Amino acid sequence: MTLISRRSALVGATGLLLSGCEKITTAPAVRKVLTAGEKAMLSGQRLVTDRNALAPEFTRADLSPRFRMNGNRLPGSADYQAHMANGFADWKLEIGGRVARPFSMTLAQLKSAPQRTQITRHDCVEGWSAIGEWTGVPLGLILRQAQILPSAQYVIFHCADDFSGTPYYESIDMIDAMHPQTILAHTMNRQPLPVGHGAPVRLRVERALGYKQAKYVMKIEAVDTLAGIHGGGGGYWEDHSGYQWFAGI
Amino acid sequence: MDAAPALVTSQEDVPPRGTSTDQPLVYRTRLPVRIWHWVNALTIFIMLMSGATIFNAHPRLYWGKFGANYERAWFAIGHRGQEGYLYFSGLEIPTTGFLGWTESSTKAFPPLLTIPNYYSLAEGRQWHFFFAWVLVISISLFVIYAIFFKHLSRDLALTREERRPAHLWHDIKEHARLRFPTGEAAKAYNPLQKIAYLGVIFVLIPLVILTGMTMSPNLNAAFPWLLDLFGGRQSARSIHFLCAAGFVGFIAVHLLMVILAGPLNELRSIITGWYRLPVRKDGQ
Repeated sequence: MTLISRRSALVGATGLLLSGCEKITTAPAVRKVLTAGEKAMLSGQRLVTDRNALAPEFTRADLSPRFRMNGNRLPGSADYQAHMANGFADWKLEIGGRVARPFSMTLAQLKSAPQRTQITRHDCVEGWSAIGEWTGVPLGLILRQAQILPSAQYVIFHCADDFSGTPYYESIDMIDAMHPQTILAHTMNRQPLPVGHGAPVRLRVERALGYKQAKYVMKIEAVDTLAGIHGGGGGYWEDHSGYQWFAGI
Repeated sequence: MDAAPALVTSQEDVPPRGTSTDQPLVYRTRLPVRIWHWVNALTIFIMLMSGATIFNAHPRLYWGKFGANYERAWFAIGHRGQEGYLYFSGLEIPTTGFLGWTESSTKAFPPLLTIPNYYSLAEGRQWHFFFAWVLVISISLFVIYAIFFKHLSRDLALTREERRPAHLWHDIKEHARLRFPTGEAAKAYNPLQKIAYLGVIFVLIPLVILTGMTMSPNLNAAFPWLLDLFGGRQSARSIHFLCAAGFVGFIAVHLLMVILAGPLNELRSIITGWYRLPVRKDGQ
């Protein structure tokens, strides 16, 4: 009797404590204050860091023997599957939005443009890291080619993959978009980018966490604001799970 | 019951009088120290618990520049079926019901130990990064205060006598016998206490902040020397976790000492600043 009541009292007290904690963590005012910390992290980091600083680059001796695949590994859309079936020969990357000269590029054109190769570390928000070698075209070159308008504040990457019908997308600001290490990679570890890692082209934005490294990029759109694009959070995980838009930490 | 409420004046050097024992109250802990103690206590708890949420996202630790599921972890918490385990460099310890697997969770740390009390990496990160600012700002202000208002040189620094190995050894033996300083000697921190506090203020907190910064890819670009200092991002993550374990160890010993030294007296001194000097058993 006492045992049961003691146990239930303990369970009850624990439950009360937990629901109390939950009240605090889910209160809108608390959320608002915490978001202030997130904004401070972006402006604080931008304040003390060189905006053009390069992410550390490694040597081939540092490469991860196996690079973990994450997120979607095979987009399910018929459109993507058709592209995959013929080796992305008809695939075209669209560049549009707030640009003076929208255009599109085939994979062959992308590969014949000026390239950059970098061995960098990929850091998942979960905590693991893998080092890989990436070759691709600097995004800044493509955006200049399209004559991006001065009013553009963000670049959106629309992707071929989705999570239960909700398309993946990501966004970066102009500081990262014009950064020399920000490339559209078509080659990984000297091989064509595997489907599991985002074929034909994925974004590498080397000073940010993994969820910014959009895979299966189909369309690049320059925008003035993130509002009105999908959930408005600037990315699938930002909209869906509340991940921080600033993924520099 | 026997103590009438004392007339407390705002004058800090006039101790409130009139409780049952004859030992006077002494003003031992100044206001900035008390404020920092409580801000820091709250911050460390939130950092540990939101850190546990973040650890739950990938409950494996590695040494070196990189590390993911294919690499060998030196530390991991996980579960196989309904059996939780903790792996530590070759040794596997069953932790079913506590870590790795409980009736309500299959995460490394159960909801009772995490903020929020359900799994949300995004929210855990938000709490962690908000209180990271509190930690950085409060420790900076505290260290500035400690230096300029001589808290460091007067209260925390070991005296020449205390630095002698024989003296330290004596203090260790006294602690082991649970014999603590009494009378006038109890006004000051004892040598082991000083070492513990100095360790937290000048080793553990700076180390946890720096290794935390080393995990930020944006800060890696700006301050690549951080990676060299700690031997890569995954090493920094491991050291960060070891620091967290260090805080848990400190808190455990700290609370034990508070209980052994007289919890009410100790609590009064860290809340109001006033402390009653303990009397020796032989009445001296």
